[in-house]
Amino acid sequence: MMSVGQPAWEVVTVADRAEYWLESHWYFAVAYMILAVLAVAAMVVALGMGLIYGERKIAAHFQCRMGPMRVGYHGILQSIADTIKLLLKEDIVPERADKVLHLVGPFLTLVVTILILGVLPYSPLLQLADVSLGVLYLTALSGLSVLGLLLGGWSSNNKWSLLGGMRAAAQVISYEITATLALLVVTMFAGTLTLSGIVQSQAQGWWVWRAHGVGLLSMGLFMIAATAEINRTPFDIPEGESELTGGFHTEYSGLRFAFFFLAEFINMFVVAGITVTLFLGGWMPLRIGNWETFNNLMGLIPPSLWFLGKVVVMVFVLMWFRWTFPRMRVDQLMRLEWKFLLPIGFINLFAAAVIILCKWYFFPV
Amino acid sequence: MSVTVRTLSELLMPPSVADSPLSTQEYFVNMGPQHPIAHGSLRIVLLLDGETIRKVIPVPGYVHRGIEKMCEHMNYRKIIPLTDRMDYLSALMNNWVVARTVEMAAGIETNARIETIRTIMSELQRLQSHVLWWGVLGMDLGAFTAFLYSFRDREIIGEIFEETIGARLTMNYIQPGGLMYDILPDFVSKVKKLLGYLRPLINEYDALLSGNAILQERLRNIGILDGKDAISLGCTGPVLRASGVPYDLRKVEPYGVYDKVDFDVVIGTKGDCWDRYYVRMEEMRQSIRIVEQLIDNLPAGPYMVTKYNARLKLPKGRYYGQVETARGVLGAFIYSDGDGDAPYRMHFRSPNFNNLWAVTHIAPGWRIADYISIQSSLDLVIPDIDR
Repeated sequence: MMSVGQPAWEVVTVADRAEYWLESHWYFAVAYMILAVLAVAAMVVALGMGLIYGERKIAAHFQCRMGPMRVGYHGILQSIADTIKLLLKEDIVPERADKVLHLVGPFLTLVVTILILGVLPYSPLLQLADVSLGVLYLTALSGLSVLGLLLGGWSSNNKWSLLGGMRAAAQVISYEITATLALLVVTMFAGTLTLSGIVQSQAQGWWVWRAHGVGLLSMGLFMIAATAEINRTPFDIPEGESELTGGFHTEYSGLRFAFFFLAEFINMFVVAGITVTLFLGGWMPLRIGNWETFNNLMGLIPPSLWFLGKVVVMVFVLMWFRWTFPRMRVDQLMRLEWKFLLPIGFINLFAAAVIILCKWYFFPV
Repeated sequence: MSVTVRTLSELLMPPSVADSPLSTQEYFVNMGPQHPIAHGSLRIVLLLDGETIRKVIPVPGYVHRGIEKMCEHMNYRKIIPLTDRMDYLSALMNNWVVARTVEMAAGIETNARIETIRTIMSELQRLQSHVLWWGVLGMDLGAFTAFLYSFRDREIIGEIFEETIGARLTMNYIQPGGLMYDILPDFVSKVKKLLGYLRPLINEYDALLSGNAILQERLRNIGILDGKDAISLGCTGPVLRASGVPYDLRKVEPYGVYDKVDFDVVIGTKGDCWDRYYVRMEEMRQSIRIVEQLIDNLPAGPYMVTKYNARLKLPKGRYYGQVETARGVLGAFIYSDGDGDAPYRMHFRSPNFNNLWAVTHIAPGWRIADYISIQSSLDLVIPDIDR
């Protein structure tokens, strides 16, 4: 049991352990890393299936219907059936498409997403690598993810796809700024760029409520910007189902389409994971001031469950957005970013700096 | 008189290259015939400059079945089922326009019971059509939940039709000289239950979609159709009324029992997409109001005044009758040559055809996404355009 005020979470990443073994038994370290990579791959598949099933069920219940019910108990095997179908489908490449770029597009999108999965701290003992420039790494990768969409839109040689790709590029690059400003606030609070360090800085209270609303505002800004970056409703204009007939993925089918689709769902998990890590204490249990018994009870729940629970809540919020809001228009989207979110983000950053200078936290750091 | 026939390629002028440092080029895209916004098969050729629309050319004709020509070979009884297939969301009103024109031409006087049931059924159908339109508009703008909500409620109205008429979509119910069947004994109680169910639901629709800031952004001040332009384009129905013209056939030229019921003609002030949205939302409430006034005291009487006669012959002449469907004024023109039981020429004045051409006037200058709002707010049923 932890004593209040002295949280001592020791973070050991998978990479750390491999490094430890590297000195004595290098083959053991290599095998360990291969196992870790395989685990990430398995996680991608499991997450994809789980999230797709979850989204379908949640959407169905928002819409007064049952959702998938046929395959397995309450349709629980539906995702597996869908995966098999997508695997067996013909992979159609348009005749006048740019064949290489058409192939690279979906791969790039998925790979970028998986790279982020590697640095998320799931628990003190479960993190693939604790990159010393963690936040910068996240920002860089999320900026890269647009390249896949743009390539997909460009290489399809279809005007609708091109429009979708262009929209995606404009949108992601714009909202990247707000997302980064929101992340900077937390970086300034925590005084570190490593993700595990940011989590540990929240032992006394999560950043979302520790800084007089500044944290809450940054979280709101980040959620809006991140929803736009992963192209989900109300910002799904690159797809624009009813306008662009699918946008950048109009000309994709079979496994290539599945990669875009999978990336979209994993991205949702990634965004929820980043939000949780930065604003909601990551794997830290909930602590309230000096409520000893409550804090001890919360401490009994393992950190990985805390992380998972928080992520599930955030993913649910993202799904809630999607099944409630209509879609925005492309110029309204730009106006929202450049005229509202960006100034608010800068003011918020300034307020955060003032709070740090004056040490106006709710709980001591 | 000479008629200039212009082909599509003549309409599409060569794309112009703008004299800006950023060399941009206008380009064409085909929106449809296979496109989610086509809601069937409507081809729209768009001339685009980036995302901005420069020109809209509708190309209808993909669902042309030659209904008017088929009518020339059928007696008036057989024309009724064909009309179901024009504007399938206003099938009963389509039946009624033929029945009304034939009754006018043959001098058949119907009784109050027939007219009341016809009015009730038409208003229920208008309600059903607007409920579906609301959901489809939501889907077009990306709010898919609205679509399924509307389908849920539409089916409940459909069940009332199914019980009385035996069909949910293609009714074939209103006949020249009466109705196909009488209503069932529990019709009144079921309709009352339905109205009690639907009235709060329209408020729920408002809560889900109408008040949403994004929806308002997508509809307000978009695609403004001036009242004068609407009249010269021949727009009717909610599209015309949203432009501020209080023209509702149910008021200006009452048929059925519309002169005996109390209801308001809802008009818009500006003629933008939001007005068209709002007019339809309000019309749903007015339809409920009309049915509520009529359902309590249905007059007694037979449901068919003349014994059904397939060999009904109309005297030589030209006849024109019209009704207000969910989308506007539907007219039926019959030219009878006096011998034979089929019309010599039958023509329908379809509200959707005229409403469609409003897009050529209001869409240029707006974005692709606005085109979706505009066409969705016009509430087009494609088979009625092509017939």
